[in-house]
Amino acid sequence: MMHKPVHAAAAATLAALLLGFTSMAGAASVKEGLKIAFVPKQINNPYEVTADNGGMAAIKDFKGEGKVVGPSDAGASSQVQYINTLTTQHVDAIVIAANDPNAVVPYLKRAMARGIKVVTFDSDTAAAGRTVFVNQTNAEAIGRGQIQLAASLMGNEGEFAILSATPNATNQNTWIQWMKEELKKPQYAKMKLVKIAYGNDDDQQSFVETQGLLQAYPNLKAIIAPTTVGIAAAARYISSSPSKGKVAVTGLGTPNQMREFVKNGTVKAFQLWDPGQLGYLAAYAAANLASGTITGKTGETFSAGKLGTRTIGKDGEVILGPPQTFDAGNIDQFNF
Amino acid sequence: MANAGRSAKAPRRSVHLTWEVLLTVILAGSLAFGRLLSPVFANPDNLGNVLLDITEISLMALPMTFIIVMAEIDLSVASVLGASSALMGVLWHMGLPMPVVMALVIVGGAAAGLLNGWLVVRLELPSLAVTIGTLALFRGLAYVLLGDRAVADFPTSYTAFGMDTLGSSFIPLPFTIVIVAAALFGIVLHATPLGRSLYAIGANASAARFSGIDVKKIKLRLFVLSGLVSAIAGIIFTLRFTSARGDNGEGFELAVIAAVLFGGVSIFGGRGSLYGVLLSLLIVGILRNALTLVDVSSETLTIVTGLLLLSSVLIPNFVALRRARKDRLPVAAAKR
Repeated sequence: MMHKPVHAAAAATLAALLLGFTSMAGAASVKEGLKIAFVPKQINNPYEVTADNGGMAAIKDFKGEGKVVGPSDAGASSQVQYINTLTTQHVDAIVIAANDPNAVVPYLKRAMARGIKVVTFDSDTAAAGRTVFVNQTNAEAIGRGQIQLAASLMGNEGEFAILSATPNATNQNTWIQWMKEELKKPQYAKMKLVKIAYGNDDDQQSFVETQGLLQAYPNLKAIIAPTTVGIAAAARYISSSPSKGKVAVTGLGTPNQMREFVKNGTVKAFQLWDPGQLGYLAAYAAANLASGTITGKTGETFSAGKLGTRTIGKDGEVILGPPQTFDAGNIDQFNF
Repeated sequence: MANAGRSAKAPRRSVHLTWEVLLTVILAGSLAFGRLLSPVFANPDNLGNVLLDITEISLMALPMTFIIVMAEIDLSVASVLGASSALMGVLWHMGLPMPVVMALVIVGGAAAGLLNGWLVVRLELPSLAVTIGTLALFRGLAYVLLGDRAVADFPTSYTAFGMDTLGSSFIPLPFTIVIVAAALFGIVLHATPLGRSLYAIGANASAARFSGIDVKKIKLRLFVLSGLVSAIAGIIFTLRFTSARGDNGEGFELAVIAAVLFGGVSIFGGRGSLYGVLLSLLIVGILRNALTLVDVSSETLTIVTGLLLLSSVLIPNFVALRRARKDRLPVAAAKR
């Protein structure tokens, strides 16, 4: 990157998505041997695994010691035990995707009081619980983007439903707020949100909820599932039901999970960011905090390896980038 | 038959004493194991974490011990915890002062217990069926009360209680409630006529009734007590995590019942002691903490907990079987 700045800048986004890891400069500013722990919402969720792997790859880049610890259920309090353990172990930094914006805060504050740096990613806590939040993209872009995509799939009219994660999920609820905001525009006057169902980010439950939606609303034209677990379950149900082709499934999913449903025509298009890059960026933010190169103030910049230089925005937020739409035309270019 | 009656009494008592001795040894072993696994295990901070993590479960295990000794069960405890948490959030947002909120929540919990007790005693329904129903009912109510919201703006003077310790010791303030309650429950169960009645009811409810024990009244009151204590657990949980949510404590009922059974209380009633239950709570808490400290995954932890529970059912049964066989041999020989 130092040798060919122009080239690198031009190809930055594409290269980052397509190329594997190349060791780049910039990692130099980060101390070696930092102990950084990732605490996902739950350890066996494929999305979280991809994000954590991205983080671990970054940690390997800057020669730190990374590990992933966390609960097997996504309950509000189940992450606390792990935070307390990491505090006892005195790691250098904790990178956490919070299951509840408040439940973990007192414990993260205690960790910070002992000198541990805290970065949230994917799902934020109250500001008091962390120094930096690495956000996938802003919530408004996702919420509005989901409605725009759904509208194009259902010809701007008809009934649709949302299949969300848990009723308390911070990010899903924010996106749904923005979806409702976008829906107020006149071009969507003929679109009607009939129901918000909750599959609790559980495959079985999301599957059953999809079934329920189709029975309760026979005129349903689309289901938006802004959760990777929900969209896959909905697509699986619809791909083998008579509604296939009549009810559009869209939302946020991973390409690997959705590939077969895109290929068999159940799903025309869906969106997401790259969780691997999200984890990668979060690891760099944590390492820079722990190395003292940044303190979390607005306007500070840091080098995030292959993702280039990033700036800390308002309220300690670092944004990864706009969401990506996946369809039959481009899905094979992605592998996560 | 007459022979069975004679021989059943003596071995029963000794099996159950052996189990407690065994648990004491296991507890000592777990402490040594934890110390061996991790140098930070015995830090006062970490021991505090062990106790804090088992606070609500321990509290709910106290009335559960009484109920199981009486050969009944209450599966709705964790749902009462969740509903209490939700109710607490709603009442606080209505602008009521905190002491009033907490008093009303406790009354609500007692009312939930009263419903359980009324269905079991008046309609003479099996408590297993009744409380499976109310498990779903109370959890549903929790979501009705708070929907997808979480209330987190409780006054810090109250939430601080969740993080404080008793004086300069490592004992978390919330756990002192468990200590006091355990002492009270222990005295009632092992040193009062009421306690003896519980064992009598558990061993043979009709015999207990004929010997003048008001079985119905006792059962009703215990279910009310269970609801009330679960509500207190809900208040502690909410303050500890500064987050009132409908899904708080989901799945805790299994941890509570597992602890009671592992503590040597017979699922068929009539046998067990509170001492055993307290030991079992500590053992499970210590093992979970120690294994987490050395980064054992949460799936493995679940397996360990499952094996502990299985062993608690298998070992006493195995011992009893061997004893029965030993007892039977001389009888069989005499007959011949």
